[in-house]
Amino acid sequence: MSETDSEGYKYWVEWFLNTKGNEFFCEIDDEYILDRFNLTGLHAEVAHYQQAFDLITDQLDEDSFDDEQSKILDRSAKHLYGLIHARFIITTRGLIKMVEKYKRGDFGRCPRVYCNQQNLLPVGITDVPNEVSVKLYCCRCEDIYHPKSSRHCSIDGAYFGTSFPHMLLQAYPSLKPPPLTEAQRYVPKIFGFKIHNIANVHRWQDAQRKAQASRLAAYEAENKKN
Amino acid sequence: MSKDEPNWITRFCEASGHEYFCKVRKEFIEDENNLVGLSPIVNYYNEALDLILDIERDELKKEEKEIIQSSAILLYGLIHSRYINTTTGLREMASKYENGDFGTCPRFLCNNALVVPCGRRNRPERDVVKLFCPRCLDLYSPQNSFHEPIDGAFFGTNFAHVFFEAYPQYLNTRNINELYIPKVFGFRINEYSKNGSRAKWLRTFPG
Repeated sequence: MSETDSEGYKYWVEWFLNTKGNEFFCEIDDEYILDRFNLTGLHAEVAHYQQAFDLITDQLDEDSFDDEQSKILDRSAKHLYGLIHARFIITTRGLIKMVEKYKRGDFGRCPRVYCNQQNLLPVGITDVPNEVSVKLYCCRCEDIYHPKSSRHCSIDGAYFGTSFPHMLLQAYPSLKPPPLTEAQRYVPKIFGFKIHNIANVHRWQDAQRKAQASRLAAYEAENKKN
Repeated sequence: MSKDEPNWITRFCEASGHEYFCKVRKEFIEDENNLVGLSPIVNYYNEALDLILDIERDELKKEEKEIIQSSAILLYGLIHSRYINTTTGLREMASKYENGDFGTCPRFLCNNALVVPCGRRNRPERDVVKLFCPRCLDLYSPQNSFHEPIDGAFFGTNFAHVFFEAYPQYLNTRNINELYIPKVFGFRINEYSKNGSRAKWLRTFPG
């Protein structure tokens, strides 16, 4: 592909990862891509599967295609890479790579003020491709947000999958921040006075929180006894 | 200044990054009662006030002009935080709100609910502006980095809530299903697990 050559990248994957807007993706291990077992079922999902696969693995003779064709192939290759990516990042190797990216803050920070710049993790709303774009999960407030940059809003959520952030936290529970406290919630006030309706909601939420805390404490005590 | 040139307030409000500000009426600024207590906070108070009201002064040097320009921004911001709590100010902010000038909530499940600017401090130079979402009742940082350095005191702590008290029709009804449930391969995570939900209370609402 002419684009790769002109930008001076030796491998397609290298070019792809360095393209602006692709900061969320990690590099998939060669062994993972080359093992056909890992790609089961993807040929039905991706047009020009074989050529796209060859393009990713740099085995394609690009000169034999005209501009129009290589554009189509490029799109297929990106799609294929994304779908393999979704599978790769929930493997042990993939999780290690994503944890590194997470710690570096490659996925951005939580826009919620009282989350104190908690690092985010990418998540899909559905595992079906071409439906919903990628969202970002904050493990402090346990909620999902739109990416800040419009470049990232066009990335397919299926390239990360619905399970990824939860899988990561399941594997690395130490990365989960301490639970939110009452003080980490915004309390709207007018001239220093709380607003009646909102204060009611907050009281109700506090009751929920306390009920959960006592449930968890009881469970813990039960576990210790046994 | 020539006649066709827009006045200082218009230029300030139309500058990029100043989309959150509304135009304060000249009559409001000219009324001394509305400016009580601002003179000790703002350096070059009189000069800054003249600049805002487009009263020309010739004897200024270049460096002075720059200082006065920044004082004028501070003064305008502080007047703005008072003005937007008045009836006319609220009306103007409501039209900006409907126009979507303040942006939308970054939370996915809020479904692009419109937000309003909100400060956390009423004193200037303490904190930057934040956005209040009436749907999840939470506070967010602006999505656009243009808006990040704006002082929160230019909107004040009260405005967002006075706004929704004055215009309750903008409080869209929440639906109870607006809760993100983390799942691994379609299975919910048990509450008792180490990775179980601990912040569900924050996003659940009575009723």
